Amino acid sequence: MKIIGIDSSGLVASVAILEDGIVTAEYTTNYKKTHSQTLLPMLETIKDMTQLDMGSIDAIATASGPGSYTGLRIGSATAKGLALALDKPIVEVPTLEGLAYNLWGTGELVCPIMDARRNQVYAGVYEFDPELKTVIEGCAIGIEEIVERLNEFGADTIFLGDGVPVYREIIESRAGFNYKFAPAHRAYQSAASIATLGAEYFKAGKAIKGDEHAPVYLRKSQAENEGPKHFEV
Amino acid sequence: MMDIKKDIKKDIKLLAIESSCDETAAAVVVNGRKVLSNTIYSQIDLHTLYGGVVPEIASRKHIEKIDQVIRQSLSEAGCGLGDIDAIAVTYGPGLVGALLVGVAEAKAISFARGIPLVGVHHIEGHISANYIEHPDLEPPFMCLVASGGHSHLVMVNDYGDYEIIARTRDDAAGEAFDKVARAIGLGYPGGPKIDKISREGNPDAIDFPRGKVEGSDLDFSFSGLKSSVLNYLNGCRMKGEEFSQADVAASFQKAVVDVLVEHSMHAAALRGVKTFAIAGGVASNSHLREAFEKACGERGIRFVHPSPVLCTDNAAMIGAAGYYEYIKGYRSGNDLNAVPGLRIGEKTGVYRL
Repeated sequence: MKIIGIDSSGLVASVAILEDGIVTAEYTTNYKKTHSQTLLPMLETIKDMTQLDMGSIDAIATASGPGSYTGLRIGSATAKGLALALDKPIVEVPTLEGLAYNLWGTGELVCPIMDARRNQVYAGVYEFDPELKTVIEGCAIGIEEIVERLNEFGADTIFLGDGVPVYREIIESRAGFNYKFAPAHRAYQSAASIATLGAEYFKAGKAIKGDEHAPVYLRKSQAENEGPKHFEV
Repeated sequence: MMDIKKDIKKDIKLLAIESSCDETAAAVVVNGRKVLSNTIYSQIDLHTLYGGVVPEIASRKHIEKIDQVIRQSLSEAGCGLGDIDAIAVTYGPGLVGALLVGVAEAKAISFARGIPLVGVHHIEGHISANYIEHPDLEPPFMCLVASGGHSHLVMVNDYGDYEIIARTRDDAAGEAFDKVARAIGLGYPGGPKIDKISREGNPDAIDFPRGKVEGSDLDFSFSGLKSSVLNYLNGCRMKGEEFSQADVAASFQKAVVDVLVEHSMHAAALRGVKTFAIAGGVASNSHLREAFEKACGERGIRFVHPSPVLCTDNAAMIGAAGYYEYIKGYRSGNDLNAVPGLRIGEKTGVYRL
């Protein structure tokens, strides 16, 4: 089974190829260039390097949200274009589940947090038994509120994601439980995690037609929140 | 293998994709002129609620609809991706988030199937809609491009060779239509609504100013005209007088049309052009067409314009513009990015022939 993994939901752009349980290639960058300029050239590089025949892949697993609206859509449109051109299905992997999967097998709770601006984070809480289980479904939430929810559990927790550098001090000042922050090589989105978890979902029959895929933003657009209005000329 | 096939093949088929604003569109075009399909999913009803295009809503809708639009376009054209020689995609100017959906999708299809990619300028697409409508049209000609986001006078010296003769210094013509339509209570989109109601109004009822730009006989300015309409409406309200929607619309429209025609004909005379074209959403305006028909007729200039479906944002026009770039060897790479402020004539790809 061959799965291509894609994650461009945040600052990181990441692509990976998973072939019969082996990650034959992963290419991840966390740099200034836009995902639009990096994502597909990165995929081409690892495809060439591993001599992958694109027609032989079984599915495309993509981080399906939440995340940066534009970043998500670059990943989604790339996945949809590949799926349409190759006549293969898409496997949607929620971004926060993909992040949590970086820490597969830990006995602690895992809390990925992504900076969602406007004083919110996208966060969820997960555990492994040994498979990924959702404790708190991914949501857009205040950092204080998610730490408060974790205080109710009182369990040891590992935080990761690009929300950590932004909210580290608030976590440190409010957490009433043992916590750790994931190290650099596990702290951010990884397409290998998306592909590996995507392969599990694919085996479980969760693949969909590319046409049906759109990102899950967890938030309405600002205009929809404010509602229809009459613009001043 | 691909090259040999290309050499012996007579017809070149392009799949074109356009998502620069609030229309998700795809088309299949043969040799830049013959349209096999022209699929447009318009989001206008969604944006009408907000009085104009909301970029984030537009982008969200594009990603939901793009696959269906491409599939429908291929199926109506009776072909599959295997029959496609190149993919043309709009990469600017426009809303960056909206453009990125079409660009990323087009790049992925091109990469997965090894189909050459051609990035196309949206306005060059609008101009090229005239090639579809008039199969005998060839450069050189001059074209007025007027839409919600653009007002340019462009000299088309050759295929893919554009020279900007004049531009607006402030509002685009279509933008002025939208703003005035909102002010007189017609709502969005302003162009077709003003066009329609003007038929019942007196275009000489109110003498709105014809905008002049200091230091240029050719550039456009529409913000003064817009303010003048608003002042007129305020004046009516202060005096407790009712105003006639139809008269304001007709008088405003005449002021816009007069300026567009006058500057265009002035530029056409300076360059001695024999053919004059119009393009863009405002080119569907019936009064504008009539005025150009008359002005060009008086001067012995051939006047051409696309039918309304090719004036609105569509992908067939992108296929037409992309074809002429493709046969010149122009190719875009996997790193093609959306360029929201792309200038006419600006290229990010390379010529490989």
